[in-house]
Amino acid sequence: MAAAGEEKTVSDYIVHHLTNLTYGKLPEGFERHDGDTVAAGGEWTFAHGADEIAAMGFNAVHVDSLGWSIGLGLVFCMLFRWAAVRASADAPSGLLNFIEMIVEFIDNQVKDTFHGKNKLIAPLSLTIFVWVFLMNLMDLIPVDVVPELMLFAGVEYQKIVPSTDPNITMGMAIGVFFLMLFYSIKVKGFGFVRELTMNPFNHWAFIPVNLFMEVVGLLAKPFSLGLRLFGNMYAGEMIFILIAALFGAGVFWLLPAALLQLGWAIFHILVITLQAFIFMVLTIVYLSMAHEDH
Amino acid sequence: MNINLTIIGQIVAFLAFVVFCMRYVWPPILAAMEERQQKIADGLAAADRASHDLELAQKEAVDRLSEAKKEASAIVDAANKRASTVIDEAKAAAVVEADRVKELASAEVEREKAQAREQLLSQVSALAMAGAEKVLAAEIDAEKHAALLEQLVKEQ
Repeated sequence: MAAAGEEKTVSDYIVHHLTNLTYGKLPEGFERHDGDTVAAGGEWTFAHGADEIAAMGFNAVHVDSLGWSIGLGLVFCMLFRWAAVRASADAPSGLLNFIEMIVEFIDNQVKDTFHGKNKLIAPLSLTIFVWVFLMNLMDLIPVDVVPELMLFAGVEYQKIVPSTDPNITMGMAIGVFFLMLFYSIKVKGFGFVRELTMNPFNHWAFIPVNLFMEVVGLLAKPFSLGLRLFGNMYAGEMIFILIAALFGAGVFWLLPAALLQLGWAIFHILVITLQAFIFMVLTIVYLSMAHEDH
Repeated sequence: MNINLTIIGQIVAFLAFVVFCMRYVWPPILAAMEERQQKIADGLAAADRASHDLELAQKEAVDRLSEAKKEASAIVDAANKRASTVIDEAKAAAVVEADRVKELASAEVEREKAQAREQLLSQVSALAMAGAEKVLAAEIDAEKHAALLEQLVKEQ
């Protein structure tokens, strides 16, 4: 719905599309949009508008992002579990063949980049690639379809592309970061501390400088990992929404907007695959670095 | 664009899905693929072996065939030689037999000729005697001239 109607402006439309369905705890004494005041002890509820979301702070959950994310994760698990149950040494066919192709592709990528022995890396890469791809794929569903249907069903907000939510991408990046720390300590032991303190200047006087530089470098990895995916997908989603808003600009805009929509969608098929691939490859690279002793 | 509890939920979900994938998805699929690779490799090796065996068998067949041909021609030669000797022997035997038969026949002929001559002579003497008897009937005394005639026969 692109109607920049009487009471709804284009900017309202865009803001509505960029707002998550948020369930959280409003603080005590907060005045809600309908004039009610939150009772003592706070109140768990669905937020209405940016002010309420801001007031909830950290005590909130993006129900739509997390729901779609876990749903797509379950789709991945069921699909690949189905393949795992049916996989045999006989000639594969159809969907099974396609899934084996993906698995083989991931396996080759991991073998090319990661030279240690670790049973986790390959399944981790497969999960990341397919899951992120599925989350990105939601971007290709026309931006208005699901929010409008949800609005019809009485749900106020709905953002269906989980990877346009920094919580989701940073959540995965932090998961990868945990694994990096875990394997760094497991493989290198005390060597990990030496790596943080004695690099790049190998002298005790430089320990603070080294520590600062190494920690920044270490933290930059999950941040760049999560924010790259978020930034790309958010920008892509934004452009979809802007093009969708163009439909409401008048009858002459219908054809150009439709062409733009089509062109951007086709281009986006490349982007979503590429972003999923980059996220996966960087994960392998970072974990590979965590396994390397200097 | 607020960071909130969602991030915790996502971390938990992420780790859970990774563990699921590591336990129940990756190993069976990869095991099946590796098993298939092994199967294909085995099949190719078997095909190689079979074609090698076929080559060997063909070579052996050719060898055996040429050997058999050689043997057969040797047998034919021996048989031919044997046949010609048999024929020669038979010819020689036939010649000997023919000579013998011829000799026998000529001896018979000689014998018959002698017999016939003897017979003829005795008949001729008797005839001569009869003729002479008839011609000389009266005047010649049989007794007197018998000795003369006998002498004549002996001279014959």
